[in-house]
Amino acid sequence: MGRKILFVTTDQQRYDTLGCNGGQVARTPVIDRLAAEGIRYERAVPQSVVCMPSRSTMLTGQHPRTHGVWMNGVPLPVDAPSVAAELHRAGYRTALVGKPHFEPFLDPFARFVENRLSREGVFTVDSPWHDGTIGPHRGFEHMELATHGAAGPLHYARWLNAEHPEAVGGFYAVLDQDLEVNADGGGSTGAPQVKDNPIPREWYHTDWVADRTIGWLDSLDADDDWFCWMSFPDPHHPWDPPASELGRVDWREVPLPEGYPEDRAEREALLDAKPRHWRRWYDGSLVSNYEAPSRWVPATLTADQVREVNARNAIEVELIDEALGRVLAAIEARGWTDDVDVVFTTDHGELQGDFGLLFKGPYHVDGLMRLPLVWRPAPSASIAPAVVSQPVGLVDLAPTFCEVAGLAAPDWMEGSVLPTDDDAAVAARDGAQLTEWDSELFGVGVHLRTITRDGWVCTVYRPGTVHDGTEGELYDLSDDPLQRVNRWDDPACAAVRSDLVADLEDRLRPRPSPRRPLDAPV
Amino acid sequence: MRASIRREGRIARSADEVWAVVGRPELLHLWFPGITACRVDGDSRTITTGTGVEMPEQILTNDPIQRRFQYRITSPLVREHLATIDVIDLGDGTCLVVYSTDADPATMALVISGGTGGAIEQLRRQLESGAGPALDALQGGT
Repeated sequence: MGRKILFVTTDQQRYDTLGCNGGQVARTPVIDRLAAEGIRYERAVPQSVVCMPSRSTMLTGQHPRTHGVWMNGVPLPVDAPSVAAELHRAGYRTALVGKPHFEPFLDPFARFVENRLSREGVFTVDSPWHDGTIGPHRGFEHMELATHGAAGPLHYARWLNAEHPEAVGGFYAVLDQDLEVNADGGGSTGAPQVKDNPIPREWYHTDWVADRTIGWLDSLDADDDWFCWMSFPDPHHPWDPPASELGRVDWREVPLPEGYPEDRAEREALLDAKPRHWRRWYDGSLVSNYEAPSRWVPATLTADQVREVNARNAIEVELIDEALGRVLAAIEARGWTDDVDVVFTTDHGELQGDFGLLFKGPYHVDGLMRLPLVWRPAPSASIAPAVVSQPVGLVDLAPTFCEVAGLAAPDWMEGSVLPTDDDAAVAARDGAQLTEWDSELFGVGVHLRTITRDGWVCTVYRPGTVHDGTEGELYDLSDDPLQRVNRWDDPACAAVRSDLVADLEDRLRPRPSPRRPLDAPV
Repeated sequence: MRASIRREGRIARSADEVWAVVGRPELLHLWFPGITACRVDGDSRTITTGTGVEMPEQILTNDPIQRRFQYRITSPLVREHLATIDVIDLGDGTCLVVYSTDADPATMALVISGGTGGAIEQLRRQLESGAGPALDALQGGT
């Protein structure tokens, strides 16, 4: 019997939403305890700040330019490499419960496997693996899938529509009649993507994901080794947690985030010092990507709306923490705790008021790029608790899972095993992480290449329809933790900029050719 | 907002061979992944998608000389739609298939064009391998 792996992801969660990371709004005792017992990473970086490329990186252990999912809406090929397949081949029982998003959700032709198997009410199908093996889809013998509401074909939506149809209409409609991300406001402040949802807590997708995870774990034999990816759709918008839970956090009492300049002139001056797409989105004159409501103008965002969004986000984070606690209790009841590694992270962050903005987009700053990551190694492995400040990436997860399972990481994985302390990080890693953004949507193309290294974040802009290729961003994380001062054109930083840009260019691998087509907006 | 999206693919078969399939509107479901059935009545075509939705369409152009096929979805799900398939002879025994989607709302254009990209790929596979349901239907005279 080996070590078992509970891989817990959320969607669009900031670093500072956890108590162990200094968060003051949400109470997260379960994750805080895992951090105290394990390793807490202070600079975990995604390789993309949107869902599909980032989740594909977690599954494949590859950068987006290698796995080919260069923006949301580009499906990960069915036969892409998968760490779940490696573990399944090694004898692990494997499941993914919750949000997958390796393939587009908007799929009227039912072209994509995960939508189809959910629609048919089955939990996996045979698919080709990258080496030609035929096995369970992407290596998961059990997939029970959910996303942000009750629409669509996934298992949660089918379950809710069948068992509790009266609750379906309580969710916020994620898309509007034009299939755009909905800009409608709600709650007390009219904030976008906010709604009071009357659904009972036990029917909400957070608890459903935990219930179904427990159900799958209960189906296993005591001596099975297993890998379970428990993937919560929250705290991604819409912010429509069960209304019964709204009393947990009074939005009027929520402090404004440090990254939100309340003074309009100050806010706009900060935006004007960054490449032009920042201000143009804020003013409503540019929609560069699909992930934020195209009809919402960030300049209309009020301080109270920021407070209400942060309150609801915190409530969703608390529900996740409690759901994780239930799953850990079920694991304890099975007598497995000593042999279970728990990894908790998310796919990317959320601006959540920083610079007067919400949601996400081509903005490589901490709101989107600094992620919560906690690894509680199996107690039987006797790994000492630690805090790691060196940069690590989501690309490092897959090789870490292989290490936990006692497998050599396949050569197609591009990351490294997560360090267990800073000394190990310095000794065994070069301390750099790459993040890329590419989007081409309705005639607007934006392309960012970013390196995080040595306390700096440096972003190069490739030519597109908004940028001419001379723009960039350079932030000193130690001196400017909120990334307010763009040092790109600062002569005093010319040598640092030159070194980071050269290093970034050296590290970028060739892209596979041809580029995979964009098949849907998301 | 409307959008115009183009997908294209080169097929190593003559334009006439490819047009023999594209110009037969009743065969669409045999090369467009995610369309499970279609029936044609004059210049009306109704397709059924993989999700079970029936979509009525109007055939606008079926021109074997230009090798151009055009249709529009007339369902109220789409405010405006025009699809254009051009089969262009490249003069070397191969051809270029261009499948364009103009639609309002814009997102619908993107969703539909994802399907058209898969359709071109399926068309290429069948034509270049000389086997597949669309070719079977042609040979069977259906």
